[in-house]
Amino acid sequence: MMNNKNNFNITFYLLIVPVLIWLIFMIVIPHAELLISSFLVEDDIGDMVFSFGNYIEFFTQKIYWLTFVKTAAYSIGVTVLAFIISFPIAFYLTKVTTKKNAAFLMLLLLIPLWVGELVTVYGWMVLLGDHGVINHFLIWTGIINEPINMLYTNFSMVVGLLYMSMLFMVIPVMSTLQSMDDSLIEAACDLGASKWDIFTKIIIPYSMPGITSGAIIVFMLVIGDYLAPNLLGGKNSLWFTEQIYNDFLQTFNWNEGAAFGFLLLMLSSGIIWLALKLSGQKLDKVGS
Amino acid sequence: MNNILEIKNLSKHFDDFTAVKNVDFSVEEGGFFSILGSSGCGKTTLLRIIAGFQQESEGDVIIRGQSMKGIPPEKRPVNIVFQNLALFPMMNVRDNVAFGLKMQKLKKADMNFKINEMLDRVGLNGYEKKKVTDLSGGQRQRVAIARSLVMNPSILLLDEPLGALDRKLREHMKIELKLLQKEIGTTFVYITHDQSEALVMSDKVAVMHNGLFEQIDTPRNLYKNPKTSFVAGFVGDTNRFELQSTEASSMTTQGGWTLQQPDINRSAQELYIRPEALIINPENNLKDVDQFEVTIKTILFDGSNTKLSTMVNGSSEELLISLPQNAQFDGIEEGHKLNVGIHHNDLKCF
Repeated sequence: MMNNKNNFNITFYLLIVPVLIWLIFMIVIPHAELLISSFLVEDDIGDMVFSFGNYIEFFTQKIYWLTFVKTAAYSIGVTVLAFIISFPIAFYLTKVTTKKNAAFLMLLLLIPLWVGELVTVYGWMVLLGDHGVINHFLIWTGIINEPINMLYTNFSMVVGLLYMSMLFMVIPVMSTLQSMDDSLIEAACDLGASKWDIFTKIIIPYSMPGITSGAIIVFMLVIGDYLAPNLLGGKNSLWFTEQIYNDFLQTFNWNEGAAFGFLLLMLSSGIIWLALKLSGQKLDKVGS
Repeated sequence: MNNILEIKNLSKHFDDFTAVKNVDFSVEEGGFFSILGSSGCGKTTLLRIIAGFQQESEGDVIIRGQSMKGIPPEKRPVNIVFQNLALFPMMNVRDNVAFGLKMQKLKKADMNFKINEMLDRVGLNGYEKKKVTDLSGGQRQRVAIARSLVMNPSILLLDEPLGALDRKLREHMKIELKLLQKEIGTTFVYITHDQSEALVMSDKVAVMHNGLFEQIDTPRNLYKNPKTSFVAGFVGDTNRFELQSTEASSMTTQGGWTLQQPDINRSAQELYIRPEALIINPENNLKDVDQFEVTIKTILFDGSNTKLSTMVNGSSEELLISLPQNAQFDGIEEGHKLNVGIHHNDLKCF
């Protein structure tokens, strides 16, 4: 009996140790380090001293504020757009088309993931540029005379962000829709519900856990993305990750970068918390 | 009595087979009508056509004298209780029951009155705020029935709603459902593969086989006087024998068992005898009763459903005989010889 218990303990620790190492060395320590360094500033003689200076800098400089708010607003916007585009796709793949078609179409949807974000972003640059495919085509057909400025705008940035994050909305929504019995739709229909009622009162509430988890993933990916805002949004994109990048690699002010990194973490956690509260979803339900 | 539902020569063809073949019947107002058939006989298709989820290929569905051609399911005066119940899992009991009324945009006060009355009726008072996923099987059943009945349909369609319940609960719900139907007087059309459900609850039962109605009758008649060999074999337990020859007033089975029968159908191929129609140790002077001797092979004990597996002496036929569990037959053991009688009317030949 004793022996048995000891065996269990050894296996248990063997299994838990890698997880603990990962958690402590990859997540807890770096974040603690980041948190500490965000409260340090260089004084006049070059020593590091404790100060709220990095955070005060953020709240006093209007440009940081603006970037922060814009990043949050656009991330929410992209998440909503991703939902609007993804839901019909997920519904079509699970409830309308045949299984074989769905598998093929799903493969097509996955292609952007295979080639990586950098390649897809450059792909969009080729499409959207002043001398890009779309402008060239529109001028060739005579619809426009001058190229439309699409690249390096908020539009191109949103397109890029949507393109790289959309799939992460499609998949969780698909999995909840798959578990939905078609007879629920028939039952609602039988009880006199119109198509709109069925959609808003049955299908959407049923897939809410999937929508919420999709929304969290998309939101996190978008708010922390650097490539799409930088390459597609250009100089005006004002994405908060760019401020952090500048602090670390252009002005070498690592302490301010750390502070900004923490602010971004607070912002995204705060918005997700608020969204969960508002939609009445529980994190444990969403995760499953 | 006027007919609330009339099905006129209804057929449903799919690509490569016909699910419903020229079915024609009517249901009286306030009746409990069952369609009994094994899985794949077309009964679900028939129900879905009545509900409007599928289109008939030929024929017509008439409810209260009005043809249902082209009328979508949400506009038909029928409601359906689905096989898997199809309760809305994200809503509580009350919201499930209220769903249809909300779609009708009923006044709040009327709605509350109707919901409370219905929950009272099905005994779910006090469960309003419970999630349907937290309920037991029988309670979920009642929610599904309440959700449909609160719409006050002309006809309630039930698609094997008791199939998922365990045996004890199913027996209980059978009686409850029958009483509920009597009480509210709504016409029920009930489909099932379980003959006991159909026989216990229904006023009329239609036996369906391969898309055809074999017989529409009262449960008692269906059991006592089956019209076709399928019905005789399907409804209730039975002994089936192939006939070798038929004479003017006797017949002989393949196994060499000869039975007396005064008015015989000379073209008959099969003979059906119910285990419970056999009389153990009959008195000698019973009229119209043919007597013979059997040897008991085994006793198949199953409580009130106990049967004797026997061989008919002088032949190679096996015969199942019901054995009532009372003091009169307590001494019966395997290997015993037994005198058995059968009334002429209980020999069913087809």
